[in-house]
Amino acid sequence: MRQVLARAIGGLAVIGLIAGAAACNSDSGSDDTASGNCGYKLAFFGALTGSSANLGVNIEQGFELAINQFNEKKGSDCITVAKFDSQGEPGVAPGVARNLVADKKILAVVGPPFSGESEAAVPIFEAAGIPSVSPSATRVSLTANGWKTFHRAVANDDAQGPAAANYIKDVMKAQKVFVANDQSAYGAGLSEVVQKTLGAAVVATDKTEADGKQTDFSALVQKVVSSQATVLFYGGYYQNAGLIRKALTSAGWKGTLVGGDGMKDVGLAKAAGNGPATGTIVTCPCSPPEKAGGTFVTDYKAKWNVDAGTYSDVAYDAANMLLQGIDAGNNTPEKLNTYLKTVEYKGIANTYKFTDTGELDPNFIKVWTFKFDPTGNQIADQEVPTA
Amino acid sequence: MNFSGLIQDFGPLTITGLAQGAIIALFALGYTLVYGVLRLINFAHSEVFLIGSYACLIVWGFFGLDQNSATPNVLSVIGLLLLGLVAAIIFSGLTALGVELVAYRPLRKRNAPPLAFLITAIGASLFISETVGVMTQRNIKGVPPLIQPRDVFVIGNMHVTNLQILIIVLALVSMFLLDRFINRSRLGRGIRAVAQNPDSAALMGVNKSRVISLVFLLGGLMAGIAAVMYDLKIGVTRFDAGFLLGIEAFTAAVLGGIGNLRGALLGGLLLGLLQNYAASLFGTEWLHAASFVLLVLILVVRPTGLLGESLGRARA
Repeated sequence: MRQVLARAIGGLAVIGLIAGAAACNSDSGSDDTASGNCGYKLAFFGALTGSSANLGVNIEQGFELAINQFNEKKGSDCITVAKFDSQGEPGVAPGVARNLVADKKILAVVGPPFSGESEAAVPIFEAAGIPSVSPSATRVSLTANGWKTFHRAVANDDAQGPAAANYIKDVMKAQKVFVANDQSAYGAGLSEVVQKTLGAAVVATDKTEADGKQTDFSALVQKVVSSQATVLFYGGYYQNAGLIRKALTSAGWKGTLVGGDGMKDVGLAKAAGNGPATGTIVTCPCSPPEKAGGTFVTDYKAKWNVDAGTYSDVAYDAANMLLQGIDAGNNTPEKLNTYLKTVEYKGIANTYKFTDTGELDPNFIKVWTFKFDPTGNQIADQEVPTA
Repeated sequence: MNFSGLIQDFGPLTITGLAQGAIIALFALGYTLVYGVLRLINFAHSEVFLIGSYACLIVWGFFGLDQNSATPNVLSVIGLLLLGLVAAIIFSGLTALGVELVAYRPLRKRNAPPLAFLITAIGASLFISETVGVMTQRNIKGVPPLIQPRDVFVIGNMHVTNLQILIIVLALVSMFLLDRFINRSRLGRGIRAVAQNPDSAALMGVNKSRVISLVFLLGGLMAGIAAVMYDLKIGVTRFDAGFLLGIEAFTAAVLGGIGNLRGALLGGLLLGLLQNYAASLFGTEWLHAASFVLLVLILVVRPTGLLGESLGRARA
């Protein structure tokens, strides 16, 4: 009997290892001991697998492209890429973050992409004094934690929320709006701002479970249909949004789904099917990727064989901003953090300057809307006012 | 609490709840069958369902269909549906048999304690789900729109679609056939005999191992049908689809009385309805919580579930 139990436990341990391997970080490249400001690592921290992984992968690829180009220019493997997969899960993020801070060669982090995992992981970076630049975490309250090392290279939901609401009111001219969210740090925060700005136009609200925790949205769909709303604003990520859009179309709802940057991914069309997804509107505190300056768009395509996605360009800028700092001799996390406090960096997507709390300087805030076309691509629609 | 919303939407919530409940009920049969015979909760049954939900997609993929394909003509749809069902049934059935062979049979031969079975069940479940997760990069897989939902009839604000009718009818027919098989056929008699008293059944010449395999196979077949229905209804599957629905199906089995086939049907339909009503009344975020509160309440009043355990009870 003991033998059997031992085997059972052993079997579970093996399974745990396999499961853990998916969540594990994977370093690429080798240690470089070249002189000067080389031999350090920059880390990507975010979802590379999981239900919202596309948003993380877009960012990682922009980040990695910047470092590759920097190394090519240096003619050596000067800065090494370190990748840490949080799966986008606030529950997984702290363990992965502790692995990250254990690597003393890492000077800074690009990430975390999502607000929920940021709340979980940034305190660990903060304790270790490692600066982070998130290209996409937009929940307003993130910068109210007194963190000294957190920066974000995008406008927060106090810009995106009103922009989405203004678009619904002024461009779509919707009289009845249904507002729902996925109860995530990002989704709940964003939908709250939208609801506040829309005021009386909101006829009903609901909350869903998070991505991967719910697949049957019948009750929500019925509420939307019964409310006679012509617009559903959903604060959440692309996978749930796609499932909801599909279910709404199946139920014969003719209205438009509107959401934030978390829904700006082809994954929405993959979940909904291109037909139902067509016409969905998403806002993003980012410029259209194709508007990025320089040769970024072609370089990205050449390297990864896909088009640059949401925030790929911002991640590229964030990495280059950090590389410029390291090259200038800021070769400790402390020096790099001080550098970030003062730098005004002109990148390909935007110009970046951070306030004391790590917010993007209000002068550089912009929000665009994008519309899903029949192939699942998000086509730039217009720049919208944020107040 | 939104009572007016619930009353206003009662009709539509009922039909969508029944459709979801029918899928849960088919899924729940696997838990109930295995429990009835082995007194074992087969937690790997969620992955039996998972494999089925991918098997039909792979077959449809052979025909070049994905979530963006146009809906084919009626004859092709019927053919594709049958092919998908056959594929899902075969692969789910094989998975169920495989789990039995690898995870349970060796333990049974050595008379392992119940706890060991529980651990291997969870182990097998995690292993299959994580393997699928790694193979698919944890991405979703879209389902071809074989059936475009169309209203068949409308009562008030309740629109009953072709897909909902298909799901409910298919579930009821499968349940009926299974019930007949268990209660009328020779093999079914063997199952009931082993459920009632394994040792006497063996003395009477029933091959216990074969009966156990048969029970796993039957559960797998039903899960396969449920998986195809799930794909068509939700439109997407992913590596942990079985886990989510599995908990609901297990709940439904307990609600109806675990070990009781008709109980699983009743429990599934009831759970589908209750989740919808609760989501309407309290908000969708309370969907899961509300159904579990209800489960506890029912078990307090009727500890063996609504219909009690009956697979092992002798019937005339």
